[in-house]
Amino acid sequence: MSTKVHLDRAHGLLLLHQMLRIRRFEAKCAELYQAQKIRGFLHLYDGQEAVSVGVMQALGPADAIVGTYREHGQALARGVPMGPLLAEMFGKLEGCCRGRGGSMHIFDRARRFLGGNAIVGGAIPLALGVALADRMQDRPAVSACFFGEGAADEGEFHESMNLAALWRLPVLFVCENNLYSMGTPVGIAEAETAIWHKAAAYRMAGEAVDGMDPVAVEVAARRAVERIRAECAPYLLECRTYRFRAHSMFDAQLYRTKEEIEAWRAKDPILRFRDWLERAGHLHSGDMARLETEVEAEVAAAVAFAEAGTLEPVEDLERFVTMEEVPQ
Amino acid sequence: MSTTAPPRTTYREACRQAIRAAILADPRVFLMGEDVGRYGGCYAVTKGLLEELGEARIRDTPLSESAFVGAGIGAAIAGMRPIVEVMTCNFSLLALDQIMNNAATIPHMSGGQFAVPLVIRMATGAGRQLAAQHSHSLEGWYAHIPGLRILAPATIEDARHMLAAALDDPNPVLIFEHIMLYNMEGELDPAVQGVDIAKARLRRPGHDVTLVTYGGSLFKTMAAAETLAAEGIEAEVIDLRVLRPLDTATIIESVGRTRRVVIVDEGWRAGSLAAEVAMRIMEEAFFELDAPIRRVCSREVPIPYAAHLEQAALPQPETIAAAARGLVRPSA
Repeated sequence: MSTKVHLDRAHGLLLLHQMLRIRRFEAKCAELYQAQKIRGFLHLYDGQEAVSVGVMQALGPADAIVGTYREHGQALARGVPMGPLLAEMFGKLEGCCRGRGGSMHIFDRARRFLGGNAIVGGAIPLALGVALADRMQDRPAVSACFFGEGAADEGEFHESMNLAALWRLPVLFVCENNLYSMGTPVGIAEAETAIWHKAAAYRMAGEAVDGMDPVAVEVAARRAVERIRAECAPYLLECRTYRFRAHSMFDAQLYRTKEEIEAWRAKDPILRFRDWLERAGHLHSGDMARLETEVEAEVAAAVAFAEAGTLEPVEDLERFVTMEEVPQ
Repeated sequence: MSTTAPPRTTYREACRQAIRAAILADPRVFLMGEDVGRYGGCYAVTKGLLEELGEARIRDTPLSESAFVGAGIGAAIAGMRPIVEVMTCNFSLLALDQIMNNAATIPHMSGGQFAVPLVIRMATGAGRQLAAQHSHSLEGWYAHIPGLRILAPATIEDARHMLAAALDDPNPVLIFEHIMLYNMEGELDPAVQGVDIAKARLRRPGHDVTLVTYGGSLFKTMAAAETLAAEGIEAEVIDLRVLRPLDTATIIESVGRTRRVVIVDEGWRAGSLAAEVAMRIMEEAFFELDAPIRRVCSREVPIPYAAHLEQAALPQPETIAAAARGLVRPSA
């Protein structure tokens, strides 16, 4: 992968399209949640799309991704198909995990997408292990590990930062700093609110980037991945972002003001990037309508796929509690 | 025909040979844990292995149980066959999130897309005056968790051969080595090339009472059986070996022969593995019983430092024999 971003019309439209897919998919998810088609917890990524879309541009199919519980955007940007993703949230057999995991536990072996993990910080060590296995088996892959700034409160984050730096593991730590761990502002939970500063304590390289700008994220992620491959050492990339919607569908958002949300909405990664593309002459008249139509069709097809899905037979409830063999 | 006696060895040496052989046999196998390399292992199990096998395969870790157990899970998912050593099972609580929320759940939660072929070894049990943060027997807790296989090697043969079988298992396997067994000496039959990790084993036949036990309590239970034999009571001793999934059939068969059961478990009594074994007997063999089931477990205290208190907290041959005697000769 090159570190250079060739921001031509095609690439610009690709980034815009990817962000739009996530935004429209999740708007539909919220609707389907109200209609009780989706149950349990549903954490929307609305506002954070530039992070996943930007980071994924720097990763190839051999690389591995470890996600958070707010991972629909990470999964879609990685290429997890929308139909099986939504079917999973419907609890259907055709879901990417047969409906066993739901919204917070999206796994896709074919795309090396290793969950969907709902223990904050708990997935970080997994990325180290995948990176270690890749290195021990001479695969030049990078493991990208997504987590929120709340995970930086956890011991598992610090243990993992230390171990990854110590063993020079090819891990890209991607902090999606959306300023709130559920309802607690970062300043109430962290003595050092610049998460990327924590890298220095482990002699790890790191930087912060505008997480509302897909190009800035992509540039930083490519730089980070190149450095990880060249130096065989981990990297911490803090993406400063914001979720526009509530933490989950049960959140009354008493911890932040409407004014604050509006101020961040003015930095909407999709609108801002759309306007930039337009000004740069990359977005032509009719492009936006065409993208919207394409995305609308993809979402509609995903809904139809999920609706048509079947339920896993209850007789299979205990299947895969233990495995008969290691899947190849 | 050769009359050479089988070579004598120790439980510790059997554990070491098991690790060494596994690493030499399969390039995917490596060991990581605290002080496993330069120090040679907290209980000296891995002494010399770093020098022989190198830093890539014998990895000293920071004191980060959660990170290195989690890394073991990730490495297993990505094609390796890690052996992770956790110094004692009390420390494993620092990695409980990884063991329970990741290792035990990912295969099922991912709809069977990923297996976690990981082995975690840890020391368990009391008897060396290590007090309340190094002496507990938590294998019964782990045996509560679906998705895990829990092993308790009580013999030199099992210490030597269970590891290979555990590494062949596509699922996470936890091996609990009782600290009082490491110095145990005995013969290792070179003709035995492997053991199963599915079945309990009859360690002593008898017809008057069944003593069900595992791990560090096996030899206390065998000693109790000898005492009982001198009194004319023939006890059958079952070594569970595999604490999850439990081999209920072997227990039930024995109950059919003896109709009386004592369960010996170094875990605390309340909510214990012993309670689970007892309940399975109640469910499947209630009408075979001639007497209530008895349990000999650790007393409900944090294991204390002082030797006399520590010993008073643990199952002992005398308390085991007394429990069995009380079942066979209630009026005596």
